[in-house]
Amino acid sequence: MNKFSFYDATSIEEALEKVNSTVSSTIQPGASEQASVLKAGGIDLLDLIKEGLSKPEKIVSIRNIPGMDEVSYDEKKGLSLGANVTLDKIATNARIKEDYLALHQAAEKAATPQIRKMATLGGNLAQRTRCWYFRSMYHDCFRKGSSVCYAQPGENQYHAIVMNEDCASVHSSSLSTALMAFDAAIEITGQGGKVKVISIHDFFVLPSVDRTRESILEANEIITAVIIPSAKGETKSHYIKMGERESNDWPIADVAVVAELNEDKCKKANIVLGAAAPVPFLSEPAMKVVKGKIINEESATAAGKAAMADATPLSQNAYKIPIFETIIKRALLALV
Amino acid sequence: MKQKEKKTTPPQKGTFSRRGFLKGAGLTAAGTVIASSGVMTLKGQQFPPDKTLGPDVVNIRMKVNGKARQLSIEPRTTLADALRIELQLTGTKIGCDRGSCSACTVWLDGVPTLSCMTLAVEVDEREVTTIEGLATKGKLHALQEAFIEHDASQCGFCTSGMIMSAANLLKENSDPDMEDVKDATRGNFCRCGTHPNVFSATLDAAKKM
Repeated sequence: MNKFSFYDATSIEEALEKVNSTVSSTIQPGASEQASVLKAGGIDLLDLIKEGLSKPEKIVSIRNIPGMDEVSYDEKKGLSLGANVTLDKIATNARIKEDYLALHQAAEKAATPQIRKMATLGGNLAQRTRCWYFRSMYHDCFRKGSSVCYAQPGENQYHAIVMNEDCASVHSSSLSTALMAFDAAIEITGQGGKVKVISIHDFFVLPSVDRTRESILEANEIITAVIIPSAKGETKSHYIKMGERESNDWPIADVAVVAELNEDKCKKANIVLGAAAPVPFLSEPAMKVVKGKIINEESATAAGKAAMADATPLSQNAYKIPIFETIIKRALLALV
Repeated sequence: MKQKEKKTTPPQKGTFSRRGFLKGAGLTAAGTVIASSGVMTLKGQQFPPDKTLGPDVVNIRMKVNGKARQLSIEPRTTLADALRIELQLTGTKIGCDRGSCSACTVWLDGVPTLSCMTLAVEVDEREVTTIEGLATKGKLHALQEAFIEHDASQCGFCTSGMIMSAANLLKENSDPDMEDVKDATRGNFCRCGTHPNVFSATLDAAKKM
């Protein structure tokens, strides 16, 4: 790792005063040599620094800021998760398991027991893609300022099968797959303590819009909480992850389904695919298929097919299509 | 953190007080008041409570296996490197150095933590327990005994991390089943394939504890 100084912030204001760059900006060509970046659990940041992709001059830790690791629930507001809540805390929280099953399942299946105890929710949302070309300092890829996506003609078995025309990376956050299905909102605190709440549907940025980043976060902003609206009526959810190994692996394909049900009839459903696109991918064609229908083998199969109808697989990843079709079907059938 | 602040800015304070005193001593009574308040201002300007550590070597304290240790490290030093290189506690292994293999697992306040993805400056008051701290009074931990008995180690590189993960399970769950053991060690990679023996050793140790 490059040499850096370390600052342990004890308040959000203090952290905002000390930070001057997003981690993403430090990866771009011509990055500032005086970059001061935020760190919570550090799992993604230290990885980027160790790989030589990010060379910050200062690391500002927000891990010890009091009150940022709390989980609270309010009938009206819903579930509020502090940005420093660890994946382990999400996976072991009884209310989350009861009312937000898909989020519980996504957290429980993510990474390793050790990483789940260290990695935070905020860091998970702000992490960069695990595309191996992006993570290699020897590949000056599209995301790092060139015009070339090495995955498109290269080794692309784990890459995107939709929205992959500019950059074929997939978004790495499994939690986001579930959070998007729950229509979560992200609370961001900026300079002067100004708080804005952004829908998760507006949080992620496609490479065609801005290749240098994966979220709207700016240098002088901190994710402070994630809010999930309280469940309406009979809402059920389910999450399925497929990887090469059962444990400790990134998903090849994952899906989260959150549906408002009336017995077996689906009033409306959110179906979100992970490891399919450079952002968590809300599949509107699949959602249309099940809206107002009884969820059964036939409708669930049709939803899976609809989700993959417009897929544009690359040379090595067409195998993901039947996997997505299957896990969409299974996740829907698990609701009834 | 307070200890670290003291360490990075201790000597100047005295220097300025003394200069202020010498200045003030040569002036009239009114002058003395101005000068001493000047010292106050100077102090405020020169020594804001800047808690920045490094980037050069800083002195920190750390409690490792029950002992208070003093280390001189750069902020970029990981806990794994601090333990192995600075403190010569080489029982903790570094496998992937990216948090993927869990070979470097230690406990921070009893919580299994990846020492390769933890900065040593961040440990603070938390107590570090490494594989060297598992035996008590020269007697191996029951799990270490079981590992020997069940031949749960081959090349040995994953073993200390594997034991720290499994021993954590035993301290939280006195009657684990096979699934519990598998869950506890899911992050620990073993290229030799010792997992079946690790599982049986852990289940056996649970019975004996």
